[in-house]
Amino acid sequence: MAKTINNYFDELRSTRVWRSVFRSGTGSSTLHRALAVQQNVFLHLFSTKVRRRMVSFSTTWYLGTLTFGTFLILVITGILLMLYYHPSVPQAYADTKDLQFVVSSGMFLRNLHRWSAHAMVFLVFAHMFKVFYRGAYRPPREFNWVIGVVLLLITLLLSYTGYLLPWDQLAFWAITVGSNIASAVPVLGNRVHFLMLGGNQVNANALLRFYVLHCVILPLAAILFIAVHFWRIRKDGGLYSHQTEPKTIVAQTTPAAAALAKDPQ
Amino acid sequence: MSEEKRDTSSTPGKKTELDRRAFFVKLGLGSLSIAATGTAVFAYQFLSPNVLYEPSPIVNAGKPEGYPEDSVTLDVNSGIYLIHTREGFFALSAICTHLGCMTAWKPELGIIACPCHGSKFTREGIKTDGPAPRPLPWLRTWLSEDGDLMVDRSTTIRPMQFVRI
Repeated sequence: MAKTINNYFDELRSTRVWRSVFRSGTGSSTLHRALAVQQNVFLHLFSTKVRRRMVSFSTTWYLGTLTFGTFLILVITGILLMLYYHPSVPQAYADTKDLQFVVSSGMFLRNLHRWSAHAMVFLVFAHMFKVFYRGAYRPPREFNWVIGVVLLLITLLLSYTGYLLPWDQLAFWAITVGSNIASAVPVLGNRVHFLMLGGNQVNANALLRFYVLHCVILPLAAILFIAVHFWRIRKDGGLYSHQTEPKTIVAQTTPAAAALAKDPQ
Repeated sequence: MSEEKRDTSSTPGKKTELDRRAFFVKLGLGSLSIAATGTAVFAYQFLSPNVLYEPSPIVNAGKPEGYPEDSVTLDVNSGIYLIHTREGFFALSAICTHLGCMTAWKPELGIIACPCHGSKFTREGIKTDGPAPRPLPWLRTWLSEDGDLMVDRSTTIRPMQFVRI
């Protein structure tokens, strides 16, 4: 009798090491499967049980998950790019070119970072529209919509701060124009502009500030809000999915409409 | 001990007097707000650099002879126009007053134009078209002791103040 792969997995699951890591116990009963989710530090944000309808493709088009997927790609490729990039005026542009033409797979990683960034902005908007048109923002999910708006802003700020880092003409003028928009804030405009750039013009301080925002502050804020966003799905009663229309509605309408509904031409 | 406590809390005549708990709550909130204000001031001061390694606002534009009459010369590095007209010399900021792009002199049209959002200005800096909210500012210009034209980019002056040589 040859052992099946499942037998090997069962053996693995019953080892002492496995049991010390995963404490939910072996078995495929509903309780064990629920415990496997509930006792995992990452999965416990989610519901232990969901309706099949909620996780079907048509309900969400998986737009939130896809957005999170692009975020993970951006974190991984971003950390790798940081190994070759110096955020200083003499080096930044040359490092970007080195990443493209000298570093092995540098071009691939840089393009993956760039296209994922575009995809993330697109997917965040698509996710927002999907939630909006399905009415999934309504109570009790209204606070999760607000967190979503914060995440949209963080995404746009990540996109904006990352734009300066190649330190080319496009980057310089985009940030010059963008930071001048901040100057339009009543009374405090020039102060805000000065604090943002760490000076009066887009220069070494601005590059360093945008780098720290792009690589540390904004990603940490994003991770924090993403965690709350996921956790609130469970707390607000799971993913929103349409209830099927009750059939009694037809009977309650006028006889003519009911006849039309029964026998449409 | 418990008798005394009940007495003070239920005495209606002593409402204006602070009891010990309310006093400490006020003291705690007060010191927290002082600390929060201090943190805000500290953060603001820390984030505002005290020394800037930026180019000097005063630019030496060279000898006036380098600028023929009826000419507009853009210095891309300093972002100023040095303009020589029949009335004399003057300097104009080349930074668009809309969102800070560098404008360019179009000799064939005789105008200053911004590539970003299409603002147009006359040679004197007056806006003729586009979203720019203000005219291009005139910059303080003078002749140094060595006879060089000097421009202070941080000081704007009223228009039509020419340097005559």
